[in-house]
Amino acid sequence: MKRYSIFSLLRNAVSHHKDWPRAWRSPDPKTEYDVVIVGGGGHGLATAYYLASQHGISNVAVIEKGWLGGGNTGRNTTIIRSNYLWDESAHLYEHSLKLYEGLSQELNYNIMLSQRGVLNLAHNQHDLRELSRRISANRLNGIDSEFLTPAEVKSMVPLIDVSPGARYPVMGASVQRRGGVARHDAVAWGYARAADARGVDIIQQCEVTGILRDGGAVTGVETTRGTIKAKKVALAVAGHTSMLAQMADVRLPITSHPLQAMVSEPVKPALDCVVMSNAVHGYISQSDRGEMVMGAGIDTLTGYSQRGALPVVEELQRAIVCLFPSFSRLRLMRQWGGIVDTCPDASPIVSKTPVEGLYVNGGWGTGGFKATPGSGWVYAHTIARDEPHALNAPFALDRFTSGALIDEHGAAAVAH
Amino acid sequence: MLIIDCPYCGPRDEAEFHYGGEAHIVRPENPAELSDEEWAEYLFMRTNTKGRFLERWVHSEGCRRWFNMARNTANNEIEAVYRMGEQAPKANVSGDTNK
Repeated sequence: MKRYSIFSLLRNAVSHHKDWPRAWRSPDPKTEYDVVIVGGGGHGLATAYYLASQHGISNVAVIEKGWLGGGNTGRNTTIIRSNYLWDESAHLYEHSLKLYEGLSQELNYNIMLSQRGVLNLAHNQHDLRELSRRISANRLNGIDSEFLTPAEVKSMVPLIDVSPGARYPVMGASVQRRGGVARHDAVAWGYARAADARGVDIIQQCEVTGILRDGGAVTGVETTRGTIKAKKVALAVAGHTSMLAQMADVRLPITSHPLQAMVSEPVKPALDCVVMSNAVHGYISQSDRGEMVMGAGIDTLTGYSQRGALPVVEELQRAIVCLFPSFSRLRLMRQWGGIVDTCPDASPIVSKTPVEGLYVNGGWGTGGFKATPGSGWVYAHTIARDEPHALNAPFALDRFTSGALIDEHGAAAVAH
Repeated sequence: MLIIDCPYCGPRDEAEFHYGGEAHIVRPENPAELSDEEWAEYLFMRTNTKGRFLERWVHSEGCRRWFNMARNTANNEIEAVYRMGEQAPKANVSGDTNK
């Protein structure tokens, strides 16, 4: 791997940037690997990277049916934060945020992490109590979280309407100042380049059509480019987790839903933090290109169509325009959908399965991007040692049988 | 945007309806005798089909009655709408079904 630096930039400037090497290879699949990871999004690529860098397992293939980061990794609104209510989630997401903080250096790839602060608004007494509880829980877990009064919100976000007559009155907010955004494509590409440099094969345009088993243990995968044998198969296929698990007769408590996001036309800098509101189902930040990036709640119906229905767009825009009256004159430029798989307790599953050698990582719902490094870290550990890391042990599949659910609807249900 | 043909009111805009998830999940006859695994299956495990899916809807801003629908979750095509208690229509293709 050729390191990126100011010197490589200068060297390549001399040759008009025509000689940059490819960031990763595009190999043909080998007949056998130690680990096959299904899904070349952020989570799958991060898992491959940590398998190679932390566990010395580099005979790994990442198999992707489309292109790298073309699923939810490239469709989310790039928000990163760790202010989750319960200890289990707080520890997992905080570990992820800490990895994010050093990721550009670690991967030698600028992921454009911008810790600009994430606000969660409270619009009623219940929101206020819920926020206060969550702020306290966060602080007990060592996660930065502060309460802001309406006046403090207004000084941080001058365009927001905090007047008492507002349709959605702002009664306060929590802020996590270490939260923010990152370039989502760069996270996938950075992990891909670093994993490739450690010997991981990244195989795109290759769809898994079956999971091969012999007597209750995984032996490989059937793909559109032939059979690939593997001692271990790890799923990281947000949106389609149920479909892949079905190939191995594993039942999951997951339902898949479209989740929509959209951007406005680009304008000059007007919003320098992330503003989220669970009560009105909306979250907004401004991209480096100047677009207002907005995300909605999920479309409630089960669906795999990668687009959503208009009522959700209207509901989101109503909320955004009530909060930011001046944005009413912005025009929407693009709208898209991704398929998120949701769990009954709004927490993910990172777990072994009843099938030996088959692992599942999914159910991140609407908030998988912020978890990318942490998810890869604990998943790699789970695969390499065949036992969960302390951070993901509570997120095992058996919690739906034992009843030890991790109910994060308050912190996770909408936003991400 | 779906146009849903409510079996009681006729075709209406999707915004009038609420979604009720997978249909034909049978309530256990003897709850006291269920194992933890059987409870988990009943409460949490879902088929989550990509393709022909049988699901429940309620016309919450109309007649407020529940009914079932067969819809393709990959392209949102509505194949049939039928009342609670009625048999699900047979699939015309050998596609996925809930059961």
